[in-house]
Amino acid sequence: MSLLELKDVSKVYGDLHALDHANLTVDKGEWIAIMGPSGSGKSTMMNIISCMDRPSSGKVIFDGKDITKESRRKLTEFHRDKIGLVFQQFHLINYLSAVENVMVAQYYHSMPDEKEALEALERVGLKDRARHLPSQLSGGEQQRVCIARALINSPELILADEPTGNLDEANENIVLDIFRQLHKEGTSLVVVTHDPEVGEVAQRIVRLDHGKIVSDKKNDNFSE
Amino acid sequence: MRQWKKLLMIGLTVALGASIATAMLNVMLDVGDKINEELKTYGSNITVLPQSEAVMNKLYDVENGEEKNEYIKESQLGELLTIFWANNITDFAPLTDTEVSFGGKNVKLVGSWFDHHLEFVKKGTTYQRDTGIINLRSWWDIKDGKWLDEQKLDSANYAMIGAELAKEQNIKAGDTITVNSEKGSQTLKVTGIFESGDDEDQCIYTPLGVAQKLTGSDGMFKKAEVSAITSPDDELAVKAAKNPSLLSGDEYDLWYCTAYVSSICFQIQEAIPEASASAVRQIADSEGKILEKTQLLMSLITLMSLIGATLGISNLVTSGVMERSQELALLKAVGATNGQVTGLILTEIIATAIVGAGAGYFMGYAFAQIIGQTVFSSSIEMSGMVAFIVIVLIIAVTLVGSIPAIRMLLRLRPSEVLHGGH
Ligand SMILES: Nc1ncnc2c1ncn2[C@@H]1O[C@H](COP(=O)(O)OP(=O)(O)O)[C@@H](O)[C@H]1O
Ligand SMILES: [Mg+2]
Repeated sequence: MSLLELKDVSKVYGDLHALDHANLTVDKGEWIAIMGPSGSGKSTMMNIISCMDRPSSGKVIFDGKDITKESRRKLTEFHRDKIGLVFQQFHLINYLSAVENVMVAQYYHSMPDEKEALEALERVGLKDRARHLPSQLSGGEQQRVCIARALINSPELILADEPTGNLDEANENIVLDIFRQLHKEGTSLVVVTHDPEVGEVAQRIVRLDHGKIVSDKKNDNFSE
Repeated sequence: MRQWKKLLMIGLTVALGASIATAMLNVMLDVGDKINEELKTYGSNITVLPQSEAVMNKLYDVENGEEKNEYIKESQLGELLTIFWANNITDFAPLTDTEVSFGGKNVKLVGSWFDHHLEFVKKGTTYQRDTGIINLRSWWDIKDGKWLDEQKLDSANYAMIGAELAKEQNIKAGDTITVNSEKGSQTLKVTGIFESGDDEDQCIYTPLGVAQKLTGSDGMFKKAEVSAITSPDDELAVKAAKNPSLLSGDEYDLWYCTAYVSSICFQIQEAIPEASASAVRQIADSEGKILEKTQLLMSLITLMSLIGATLGISNLVTSGVMERSQELALLKAVGATNGQVTGLILTEIIATAIVGAGAGYFMGYAFAQIIGQTVFSSSIEMSGMVAFIVIVLIIAVTLVGSIPAIRMLLRLRPSEVLHGGH
């Protein structure tokens, strides 16, 4: 069964079609890479999938439910319950420690639970760094905190926008290993990237250009 | 860094606004009494004249007065201590003025009580009062020497001289002068030089007895000045002032038992039938005007300080939210609702404002006392109502000041802030 469907979705800014009649289906447990040059509409698509933005036209169906016309508050709730976000710039709160940053997401979801937050950090291999401030962590470590934060509320879908854009190769590999692990555990993943190496490890690769989906193929090189 | 500096600035802004509002509002509430006190010390508000003199002054024909009195008996003045509102009469003094020749020109000489000890016996009761122009001319600045002390000086042949006249005639305290009138001449010892800031700087002041000798009016005086604490005039007072006999019984009782200037005058006339007492209008009016203007000024200062505080807070909160936009957008992205994010910001600001307002209240207390001491030479009473009003005003100022920031907060789109560079 499909987790998410974009049906003929467009996003228009003035006369610019940031997203132009896009159709996309994401199945449960699938790992998809969205690729394309800068300005091709990748972030726009991410924002629509994550319910942080509304399409100008078309429908977004999540878990069989049309969420296009939901109220902003409902969308916020929906987004909070179903989706975990990973950002290129990490966006950690700089005066909170790693574990507190993870707990912020718990706080707005349900209840902060330090034990659970520490477990999430353990999953990304950062248990011993839990009390460090973001400024005391390397870029790769910060991104792993960001991933732990995205995971903490057991979302159905992890959305990552250029998650390795600010990382060196070693850290990139660590992050990709975590994605592999998440995929094995059955989490659905949508990863936006313009980095071929990050795209190549996904199950399926969707290519965007000028807001249009120009190709949508299974990745033959994919290995579990 | 969690914007401690910004919060500190917000706290200071609030404290400043709160302190000015506290000081001004307290002074404003207290200033009515203070200004009344101040004006009370600024001379008399009732003048007592001989009946016929008063009628003449009103430019009426003398109908019933075959004898034309120019004087009132000095012994009658004690009657003022017996009237219903005697306790509201703070000071009074008889005054007799006459022209004397002195230093080759005509000069006004005024005889009066300085610090007269008055004893008056009526129906077996003894009334006592120390009164005189020491109190009625409290604004006199003694430039040289000292006040003429009637009670200490055995002889009445002393004088005080106005600063201009003294300068012109080159007279110092301790000098002896001679003044002449039709009825004779008097040698007087100068105890002090005063500056009044008006015509009296050209005058000689002596004990009443000196003026009585110079005018041949022993045991008499020409006019009396009375300073009384009065209630502000209202409709009833206006009606009564026209003609007390037109009042109904109840109205008359109420009027008689209220310290209107008109009822006090009426009672003075009852007590001294040969006299006519009238209110000195200008002072009563200017009193109200000064009060109004002072209060208006203070309201404006309060309003401006609050507007200033609002603008300051608005600036600080807006720039604070702007600096934190990424963090706030992230909170929204992990599921915080607009209400929660707004609550977070407002909680911080309101907590800061409460601390600031508390500090401001105490600063305001100090300001109020400084104003009280420098302007009115007395302390200002702090009112609980003002504390309450200030709290309400500060909450309003803080909330209004936060509006622009909150509107920005509501418009903050995580999708735009977080996916930097599209
Ligand atoms: N809020 C916006 N207002 C106007 N134009 C926008 C906005 N967001 C994105 N765009 C435009 O839409 C196009 C697609 O942007 P984006 O989805 O960020 O591309 P990508 O992430 O692939 O680099 C770009 O031309 C961008 O300038
Ligand atoms: Mg992008």
